[in-house]
Amino acid sequence: MGDILSIVSKRLGLGVVTLLVISIIIFGAVELLPGDIAQAVLGQGATEENLAAMREQLGLDRAAPIRYFEWLGNAVTGDFGRSLVSQQPVSEAISTRFANTLFLALYAAFIAVPVAIFLGVLVALYRNTVFDRVANVVTLTSISSPEFFLGYILILFLSVQTGYFPAIAKIDDGMSLIDKLDRTFLPALTMVLVVVAHMMRMTRASIINLLASPYVEMARLKGVPAWKVIVKHTLPNAWAPVINVVALNLAYLITGVVLVEVVFVYPGIGQLLVDAVTKRDFPVVQACCLIFAATFILLNLAADVGSILTNPRLRHPK
Amino acid sequence: MSQDKTILLNIKNLIIEGYSDEHWIEIVHGIDLTLHRGEVMGLIGESGAGKSTIGLAAMGFTKDGCRIGEGSSIEFDGMELTTTPQADLQSLRGARIAYVAQSAAASFNPAHKLIDQHTEAPLQYRIQKRLESQEDAMELYERLRLPNPREIGFRYPHQVSGGQLQRAMTAMAMACRPDLIIFDEPTTALDVTTQIEVLSAIRDIVDQFNTAALYITHDLAVVAQMADVIKVLLKGDEVEEADTKSMLENPQDDYTKSLWAVRDFKKEQVPRPADTIPLISVKNVDAAYGDTPVLEDVSFDIFSGMTVAVVGESGSGKSTTARCITGLLPPTKGEVLFQGTPLPPDYRDRTKDQLRQAQMIYQMADTALNPKVKISEIIGRPAAFYSGLHGPELKNRVDEILDLIELDPSKYYNRYPPELSGGQKQRIGIARSLAAEPTFIICDEVTSALDQLVAEGILRLLDKLQKEMNLAYMFITHDLATVRSIADEVVVMQYGKVVEQGPKDVMFTPPHHAYTDLLLSSVPEMDPDWLSTLLEERGVDSNTETHNP
Amino acid sequence: MNYFIIGFYALLIGVSSLAAFYQKRTAFLLLFSLTLVSFIMGIVGGEAMLWSVTILAGLIAFSAGVSFSFREFLVILLPADLAKAMRTAPLTAGFGLFVIFTYAIAGIFAPIIAPYGEADVISSAFAPADENMLLGADQLGRDMFSRIIYGARNTVGLALLATILAFAMGATAGLYAATVGGKLDQLLGRVVDVIMSIPSLIFSLLLLSIFGTNTVTLIIVIAIIYAPRVFRLARSVGGNVVVMDYIEAAKLRGEGNWYLIRKEILPNSSAPLIAEFGLEFCFVFLLVAGLSFLGLGIQPPTADWGSMVRENATLISFGEITPLIPAAAIALLTVAVNFVVDWMLFMSSGLKEQ
Repeated sequence: MGDILSIVSKRLGLGVVTLLVISIIIFGAVELLPGDIAQAVLGQGATEENLAAMREQLGLDRAAPIRYFEWLGNAVTGDFGRSLVSQQPVSEAISTRFANTLFLALYAAFIAVPVAIFLGVLVALYRNTVFDRVANVVTLTSISSPEFFLGYILILFLSVQTGYFPAIAKIDDGMSLIDKLDRTFLPALTMVLVVVAHMMRMTRASIINLLASPYVEMARLKGVPAWKVIVKHTLPNAWAPVINVVALNLAYLITGVVLVEVVFVYPGIGQLLVDAVTKRDFPVVQACCLIFAATFILLNLAADVGSILTNPRLRHPK
Repeated sequence: MSQDKTILLNIKNLIIEGYSDEHWIEIVHGIDLTLHRGEVMGLIGESGAGKSTIGLAAMGFTKDGCRIGEGSSIEFDGMELTTTPQADLQSLRGARIAYVAQSAAASFNPAHKLIDQHTEAPLQYRIQKRLESQEDAMELYERLRLPNPREIGFRYPHQVSGGQLQRAMTAMAMACRPDLIIFDEPTTALDVTTQIEVLSAIRDIVDQFNTAALYITHDLAVVAQMADVIKVLLKGDEVEEADTKSMLENPQDDYTKSLWAVRDFKKEQVPRPADTIPLISVKNVDAAYGDTPVLEDVSFDIFSGMTVAVVGESGSGKSTTARCITGLLPPTKGEVLFQGTPLPPDYRDRTKDQLRQAQMIYQMADTALNPKVKISEIIGRPAAFYSGLHGPELKNRVDEILDLIELDPSKYYNRYPPELSGGQKQRIGIARSLAAEPTFIICDEVTSALDQLVAEGILRLLDKLQKEMNLAYMFITHDLATVRSIADEVVVMQYGKVVEQGPKDVMFTPPHHAYTDLLLSSVPEMDPDWLSTLLEERGVDSNTETHNP
Repeated sequence: MNYFIIGFYALLIGVSSLAAFYQKRTAFLLLFSLTLVSFIMGIVGGEAMLWSVTILAGLIAFSAGVSFSFREFLVILLPADLAKAMRTAPLTAGFGLFVIFTYAIAGIFAPIIAPYGEADVISSAFAPADENMLLGADQLGRDMFSRIIYGARNTVGLALLATILAFAMGATAGLYAATVGGKLDQLLGRVVDVIMSIPSLIFSLLLLSIFGTNTVTLIIVIAIIYAPRVFRLARSVGGNVVVMDYIEAAKLRGEGNWYLIRKEILPNSSAPLIAEFGLEFCFVFLLVAGLSFLGLGIQPPTADWGSMVRENATLISFGEITPLIPAAAIALLTVAVNFVVDWMLFMSSGLKEQ
C-alpha cells in the first residue's frame, strides 16, 4: 500500500501546484492589461480624482508580487476584495450564487449520470445494431447543438407552447425544494441532454475497448455466461474509465452552466461572471475564474485518484 | 500414451469466412480433421495458415468478423457444433473443451486472483465446491511444477512471471478435466529456457489425464515433442497429415520437405585476420536506462568481413549493446572504437562519415520502413544524403542496389512498402543500409519475424553481400540455429554481461559455460525424443525458473 | 379517431409487417420501434404529436435522399481511390459533406446570394416574413435571411481562422516536441497541462475581459486556448510514429529535425490530425457561437449567428421560432462536421481492426 499512497500524494501535490500556477495566471493576466487598469475600468472620461481613488483601492502603488500574495492569502480565507462596480464585497455576491450553480449542476448530474452509464453500457452491448447507429446519430446531434439552441427549443415546446414548466428559472432561498426543482427543470434538462450524449459515447467506447481484451475472450471460452462476463470480468476493470467519464462530465457541467444560466436567467455564478466581464469588474472576474478553475481541477484530481485506487496493479503491488 | 480408438472430434469440410472490404472471403478452405480420445494433434503452418482459426472453430467459436461457412461440420463427441444453440455451446466450453491462449499475461483478468479465475468454470458447472476446487487447483499447480503451489494461486496475474502464468493457464484449462484442450502457440512468447519448462509441464499433464489436444504452433521442433500426429497447413488448406515419426522422417509433400530442409545453410567460418585493428571495438561498456543499469563491462571486437553473433534471451542486453554502438544510448562508462579511434558517445555528435559507416537492419520490417514513402526514395535518400547523388545518377544507383538485393528495379522502383511481402520488405531494409555504402551493419533479429524459408533467403543474401563487399556484421539473435548458420564468432550475453565469447567452432563444442550450456541444450530439436532425453539428463528437479523477467 | 391517425398507424404496421415478411431485420426493428413509440406519443400528445412525427420522418427521409444523391455525385466526380472510400461511406457522412459544401457556397458567395446588405435596415423591427424578406426582419428591421447568409461567412470564417491558427501552433509544437523529446518535451507538456486545466470558456472570458473583444483578439485568444489541445493530440500521434524504427534509421542517418517532421512523421500522422481538425473546429465554432451569444464575441453590426440568437431571443416568448434559425444553423454545421469526422475516425480505426 505504500506505493499507492505515494502515487496519490504525488498526484495531490501536483494538483496543488497546478492550482497555484493557475492563480498566478489569473492574477497576472490582469496585470498584462495594456496601460493603466484604473483608466481601463473607468474609461477616458474619468476624472483625476476618481482615477486616484481607483488606484488606491487596487493598491497599484505597490509591486505586483506583493499584491499577488495579498490577494491569494485573502482568497484562501474567502475574501476576494470589493467589486469595482457595486463596491460590495465580492464574496457576498458569489456565495449564494455559487450555491445556486452547484445546485443546478448536481440536479443535472443526478439525472444524467445513471441514465448515461446505463444507456452507454446498453449500446456497447448492442453495438453495431440499428439501435447503436440511431443512438450514435442522436448523441452526435445533441453534442453538436449549442446549449442555447437546446435551451430555447425546450422553452418553446415545454414552456411557451404547452406551459408545462416555467421558462425563467428564478429561485430564491425561501422556496421549497420541490418548487426549486420545478423552476430549474428546464435548465437542468438542457444540460442533461448535452452531458448524457457525451457520457454515453465515452462509456460505450470504454466498455467496447474492454470487451475486446483477451481476458474477456478467455472468459467466454471458459464457458462464463454473458451477464457474468460483464459483471465479473468487465466491470471491475471499467471503474477507472467510468470514473474518468463521470468526472470529466461533471467538470463540464460546472462550466457549461454559464450559457444555460444566461438562457434561463438563472441567478448563478456563471451569469455573474458574464456580467462582470462586460463591465470589466476585475475582482469579480478573477474570483469567478478561480472558483471555476478550482472546481475543474478538483474534479480531475478526484478522477485521477479514483482510477489509481481502483487499479488492481497498484492495489496489489508485486 | 494410451488411446482408445473412439473419435472425439470429427471436423468435415470446415470452411471459415472472414469479412473484409465489404465481402466475405474464405480463409479456411474445407479442412477435414479427426482427433481420437487422448490424442495430441499438432497443427503447424506459417502465419496466415489459418491454424488458430481452426483451433477456435473446434470449440464452435469464431472471432468477431468471422463465420463458419455453409456445409461445414464440426462433430464433438457425437454433437454437431455448427447447429448447436449458443447456450449449449457455452456449456461445453471450459467444461469439456478448454482453451490455452498465446499471451497468458493478457488472457488473465488483472482484477482477480489466479485461483478465483481457476475456480470460475468448476463453480459455474457445479462440479466442485469452492474449497474443493481450490484444493484441486493447488494440486494441479503442483503437478505443473509451479513454485509454492499452495500460495501462488492467491496472487494477481501481474505478480507472476510469464512462464508461470502460462502454466497457471494450463492448470485452469484442466480445472474441469476437459476431453479436449486447444493450445494456441502457448510458448511462442517465452524464452527458450522457460519454454522447456512449460512444454514439459504441458506434456506431462496432458498425458496424465489422457486429454486430447490440438497443439497449434509454427515451430516444427516444438510440435515434434508434443504431438502424436502432425497436420501441416498452408494458407487455409491442408498440405498433409501423418504421425509424428513418419512426418519427420519421411515428409511427402514438397512444401513440407522445404520446411524440413531449411536448416542446412551454413557459411564457411572465417578466422580472425592477424594483426589488424578491429573495425569495431566495444570496450568495457556500462549502460543504464535512467537509474536501472542494463549493461555491465561489455567488451568484444568485430573485424572486417566477419560476422559476430550476439546471443541471449530477452533482457540480456544484446539490443542495448547495439544502441550503445550506434550512439542512441550513450554508455555511462567505457567507449566504442571505430578502426582504433573512439566514436563520440552520442550519435548527434558523430560526423556524417562516422554515421555512414555503421548501418542498421531491424527485426520488424513493417516498422522499419516508412509506409508512406516510395521504395525509390527509401533507398535513394541515403545515397543522396551521403554521396550527394541526384537525377539519373541517383536512379542508376538505386537500380543497382535493387539488383544487388535481387528485386527487379522496374517492378519495385515506384511501389510503397505496404504492397510488399515480409521478405521483400526485409530486403528493402537491407538495401537502405547498403545505399549508405557502410563497412559495418548491425542486424537486429532480422530473421525472427519471417517464415523459415524466407528467413533462409535473407541469410543467404546477407552472406553473399558480405563476401562481395567485405562487410562486418553484428548479428543479434536469440535463435541458435541462425547463429550456427551465419556466425564466425559468438558472444553470449546474460543479465547485461558477456558470459562467454569466442570463435563459433569453439563455442559450439563442449565444455561450455553453464549458461551457454543451458541455452544450447534448451533449443528444441527435430527429434521427437529430444525433450524426454533432455529432461532425463537434467534430472526431474531442474524445473525451477531460471529466468525471471 | 380520424383518417390521418388511422392511416398513420396502418401505414407503419403495414410496412413493418412487410419488412418482417421479407426478413429485413434492421428495417423491421426500426419501423416497429417507431410504431410502439408512436403509440405512446399519440396517447400523450394527440394528433399534433403524430403530425410532428410524420414531418420529422419526412425530413429525415428527405435528407437521406439528398445525402444519397450527393454521395453518388461525389463517387462519380472524385478520383478512383477517394471514390472507393466514398462508396462505402455511411449516409450520415454524405449528409455532412453536403451541408459543409452548402455552407461553403453560402459563405464564399454571400454578397451575391444575400438580397440585402448585412447591416441594411429595410423594414420595421421584427417585421414578419413577406415576399421581400424570406424570414422576416430582426430587432432593428434588417433582413434575417441576408444576415444568416452573411453569418456563414463571418461566424464560420472566424472559427475557421482561429482553428487554423491553433492548429498551426499546436501541431507544429506537438510534432516538434515528439521528435526532439527530452526536457523541452516535458516542459511543453507541463505548460499544456496547466493551460488545459482551466476550462476553455472561463479562460476565454478572462482573457476577453482584459484584452477587449475585437475580431483579431478574439481569434488570437481562441487559438491560444485551443492550441494546447492540438498540441496534446499531435504529441501523442507523433509519439506513436517517433518510436518506429524508420525514424531511428533516419536519425542515425543524421537527418535534421525538420526533415524528420516533414518527410517521416507528418505523412504518417495526417489522418488522425485531419479528423482532429474537424473536431477542434466544432469546439472552436461552438465557443465562438457561445461567446457571441453572451455578447462578448463578434460585435455588431457584423452579422453573426450567436449574437443573432441573443438579439432575437425575446421572440421565443411569443412562440416565434425566428431566434432558433441562426441557432439551428450553428447546430447543423457542427452536426455535419461531426458526422464526417465520425466516419473518418471509423475508417482509420476500422483498418486497424481488420
